[in-house]
Amino acid sequence: MTKLHRAFDSVLIANRGEIACRIIRTARNMGLRTIAVYSDADQFAPHVAAADDAIRIGPAPVNASYLLIDNIIAAAKKTNAGAIHPGYGFLSENAEFAQACQNANIIFVGPTPDAIELMGDKARAKRRMIDVGVPCIPGYQGDDQNDQTLKNEAGRIGFPVMVKAAAGGGGKGMRLVTQADQLSDALSTARSEAANAFGSGFLILEKAVMAPRHVEIQVLADSYGHTIHLGERDCSVQRRHQKVLEEAPSPVLDETLRRKMGEAAVKAAQDIGYVGAGTVEFLLDSNGEFYFLEMNTRLQVEHPVTELVTGLDLVEWQFRIASGDALSILQEDIEISGHAIEARLYAEDPANEFLPATGNIAYWQAADGVGVRVDAGVSTGSEVSPYYDPMIAKVIAHGPTRREARQRLTRALKNTKCFGLTTNRSFLIDALENSVFAAGEATTNFIEKHFPLSRSDHADLTSNAVLVASALLFRDAEAKMSARAIAPMVGLNGWSSATKIKSPYRLCYNDTAFDVTLTSLGANRYETQLGEKHAILEVDQQNEATAHCSINGENIITHFHCPVGAPVNSRIFISIDGRDFDIENLNAIPAASNEQAGEGAITAPMHGLLAELFVSKGQSVAKGDRLAILEAMKMQHEIFASIDGEIVSVDATAGDQVAAGAILIKIEAIADI
Amino acid sequence: MTVFRSKIDTTSASYQTNHQEMLALVEKLQELNLRAPVRSAKRKERFESRGQLLPRDRLVRLLDPGAPYFEISNIAGYLQDTDDEEKSIPGSTIMSGIGFINGVRCTVVTDDSGIKAGAMTVAGGYRLKRAQEIALQQKTPFVHLVESAGGDLLNYTVEGFIAGGSLFANLARLSAAGLPVISILHGSSTAGGAYMPGLSDYVIAVKDRGKAFLAGPPLLKAATGEIATDEELGGAQMHATVSGLAEYLAEDDSEAVLIAREVVGRLGWNRHCTIAPTPSFHEPEFDPDEILGVVPVDYKKPYDVREVIARVVDGSDFTDFKPGFGVSTVCVHAEVYGMPCGLIGNNGPIDPDGAVKAAQFFQLCDQSDTPIVFLQNTTGYLVGKHYEQGGMIKHGSKMIQATTNVGVPRITFMIGASFGAGNYGMCGRGYDPDFCVTWPNASTGVMGGEQAGQVMTIVAEGQAAAKGVDVNREQLAMQEKMLAHLFDRQSSAFYTSGHMLDDGMIDPRDTRKTLAFLLATVSEGRQRTVRPNSFGVARM
Repeated sequence: MTKLHRAFDSVLIANRGEIACRIIRTARNMGLRTIAVYSDADQFAPHVAAADDAIRIGPAPVNASYLLIDNIIAAAKKTNAGAIHPGYGFLSENAEFAQACQNANIIFVGPTPDAIELMGDKARAKRRMIDVGVPCIPGYQGDDQNDQTLKNEAGRIGFPVMVKAAAGGGGKGMRLVTQADQLSDALSTARSEAANAFGSGFLILEKAVMAPRHVEIQVLADSYGHTIHLGERDCSVQRRHQKVLEEAPSPVLDETLRRKMGEAAVKAAQDIGYVGAGTVEFLLDSNGEFYFLEMNTRLQVEHPVTELVTGLDLVEWQFRIASGDALSILQEDIEISGHAIEARLYAEDPANEFLPATGNIAYWQAADGVGVRVDAGVSTGSEVSPYYDPMIAKVIAHGPTRREARQRLTRALKNTKCFGLTTNRSFLIDALENSVFAAGEATTNFIEKHFPLSRSDHADLTSNAVLVASALLFRDAEAKMSARAIAPMVGLNGWSSATKIKSPYRLCYNDTAFDVTLTSLGANRYETQLGEKHAILEVDQQNEATAHCSINGENIITHFHCPVGAPVNSRIFISIDGRDFDIENLNAIPAASNEQAGEGAITAPMHGLLAELFVSKGQSVAKGDRLAILEAMKMQHEIFASIDGEIVSVDATAGDQVAAGAILIKIEAIADI
Repeated sequence: MTVFRSKIDTTSASYQTNHQEMLALVEKLQELNLRAPVRSAKRKERFESRGQLLPRDRLVRLLDPGAPYFEISNIAGYLQDTDDEEKSIPGSTIMSGIGFINGVRCTVVTDDSGIKAGAMTVAGGYRLKRAQEIALQQKTPFVHLVESAGGDLLNYTVEGFIAGGSLFANLARLSAAGLPVISILHGSSTAGGAYMPGLSDYVIAVKDRGKAFLAGPPLLKAATGEIATDEELGGAQMHATVSGLAEYLAEDDSEAVLIAREVVGRLGWNRHCTIAPTPSFHEPEFDPDEILGVVPVDYKKPYDVREVIARVVDGSDFTDFKPGFGVSTVCVHAEVYGMPCGLIGNNGPIDPDGAVKAAQFFQLCDQSDTPIVFLQNTTGYLVGKHYEQGGMIKHGSKMIQATTNVGVPRITFMIGASFGAGNYGMCGRGYDPDFCVTWPNASTGVMGGEQAGQVMTIVAEGQAAAKGVDVNREQLAMQEKMLAHLFDRQSSAFYTSGHMLDDGMIDPRDTRKTLAFLLATVSEGRQRTVRPNSFGVARM
């Protein structure tokens, strides 16, 4: 065995967000000089601040920056980077990029271009795995992409069938088809999504294994043919094929099955001469049968759960393998200790079909505590822009048992202070607290089966939140205004020489207005009235974002943030027990004299590209008719008619980049005759 | 450190009696304070149906949440609108006070259009005038929330018409003194009232509701025969776009208040006032609430005023000035909320020693620029041969001279008796203290009712004896009783406060807070640099 000498002392991280920050952390610990790349949108992003060096690679859109191989290579040359770590997503599974690194004499932290290319082509990968003897799902992965061929193949495999992008990953370009007549539509949308996301519209078909578990094996392979696995991760809790909760070990694997799946994964990796960290994904059915799904030739988003249960730093091993080190650990050295669960905190709206949300993070403070790890790529003031993935952070908890890991994670999520935009936090908490998940019985249909939850039981929570909001808004104004006074006299707060002053608050939460009156009783005590509810409220403020409140003696721990900016005191974000409330103080907002968008005004649900427009002025439409397709976050969102009527104006054209809330189309209701 | 040692036993019968009697008066005050807001709130639906806020809600939204507020003349007009103690509504159709807008101490007047549609009354006029005087003296911006049906024609008096002119003159004075005058036109401001916005520096007018014209449609028709609409003559939109009377047009009351807050905020008013930061301080050792039990309602019962001072000043800690000389006149140096002040109180009538002690004390306060606080409880200067011969008049006069002519701020609390020249020497209303605040037990008069009756009886007896006739005992007894009633009725704090012989009535337990607020107000006023001009800012 000839030892390779490829040592490098600097690394460029061709990525952004939390993964860039996470890679920089290990790289710095190893003494490497770290170089961040950034687009115009990321100039002040945390990953740029965290790195020793940073270099601009282009404008905000990914295909003008993070996806531009030439720019990244040029940046690496300019900064004298010895190696490039691609992270996940972007160019991480792009063989051409790996090749370009090689050509430029820069070490690519990852497998060879051949391995990437092979595994990147789902059809080829599957054929190869079948040859090696790794169990695979029956399907079609032929080159003939004719619709008719695909339809025939689907018929042969038998419905339900999964349509997938051959080059894909992450659920993009993926469609489940339960009946033959849905196939055509699924093929066309999957093809277009795939073409957009991966530059190739090639599709494969697979038999859909219903309600399976998603179990994947982490492998590590050095350049000398030594390959081990680090056990599994169970990523069954998915939404639209996006992982939501991931854990290690899987609640259902026993030692035998773990060994069997581990061996299959090692075999797959070894067969293709895999080098570095990789993941072999399997579907596991209820009988313990598993099928090869795909291999991810990169670091996974959910790698921290493996790190927490094995005590290994996967990024460190990636660097060591890339620099030519041999794996110094043997399979029998790997010990799984305790249990770890990861939750992906996203800027998205669970109440609105999980539409990605954009905006400013007005306040961010990660939770801490024993066994808690937070991998975040944001800080207070960060912008979640429409250009990139809306993941805010990964919150991960480790504990001696699954139950403790789950409880620690739930608690950590509840104590995560993330204000300013809509997140999936309460959804994550609901999922973690769900009895099916708690029992370790969640399969890939967990979310569609158990969500959305009925929210009616939260009425009392809402009124508590509104009361707490009134007091915290009052205090915010009190502090801000008295800071402007010449000689603020704290002891006189709330005092009036004649009658007590009752402050009226009209608060708006979720389009519902609440009228609260609040009277300061001095010393952090308030008398409040909300409808019939009369309450004495006490506020014991712990720090700028946390207050221990009590409502008629009931203790309520509240995290909150009053955003800066005009109008002052007009909005407060409240989080109680992991539930988020975005509450507006209508009395602080001047009356709008502008006309409001009526029910017939169709607005863009988010920033994006208006990909297709199906209607024109003068056309009649029925409620529910498809009007347009908005492409954003690499996904297509259909826009439907909100009312029956006639299109009176079309205010955008296909190909336009539109802002969230922009009026696209106006429909006028047809008057009843 | 000389912390006072209280001799008060809070379990004693006299404490309990005092507490009970004073509390009854405080409860009466609280009930009176609520009358106007309750009456006004009855119009809530009416206001809401017009898309308006109740006047009090406008005020509350204008003020900074949680900031302290001192209501000026809260009892004004009590027993002036009617003799019926149960029906009279103190406060009249005006709310006035000192509060904070965007961190700026302002004098704010709100027309209470929930009562008599905000029509101007005699008491309301005085209340408005006093607020203007305070703004002028304490150098605060003046904010007026206008909605008034105008003068009360049914109770027209020519004197009222002439006196009313000073209300407009004061606006011109404020502007010329460099003190911004800001008006919100929430509703009508017609005829003379139209000069309220006219003489304001900033006018915010509420769309569709705010109106200002010299003659409304009825008067116009009567005067010239011209027929025109409200909006044409003086609507908010017209003034904001055509006449230029309004600077800002608001969609509704709520927005108008937000605009006013913005206008005040952008004055940068607090840039021009530098005050040494107040040092940290301790609350009194003795609970200010105990004042109720410390002070007998009957002013004839003596008590040590130091017991009150100990429940007002920081740490109950004060330096007694000349404690062994003129002993019944108590002068001390102390701090309230860290602000130094000299306090004077009475443990009995003022004797010659007490008078010169006080005169010296006032001059010392003046020398060190220390505000003087008068805790007025005096039945007057001592009378009798001994005292007259001892120079009571000249010594008392020295005290009155000093009281009058010191340049430092003076704040008077009427906490008990206020009779004869004692009222003068202890800086009664006639001596124009910066603020004069009363407790509900206070009693004011040239002399006590009983004495007045007896004086007239003795005079009548003397006259009868001189003429050598018999006196009609029955008639004299009746006259004595009538006189006692005449004096006593007018001496009650509720009566005097109703007649605006002070700047408001407070709960004695709030004395410390009130004093702190007023000391901060006068100190800001004295330290503030303003930019006066000759004529006031002209509206273009």
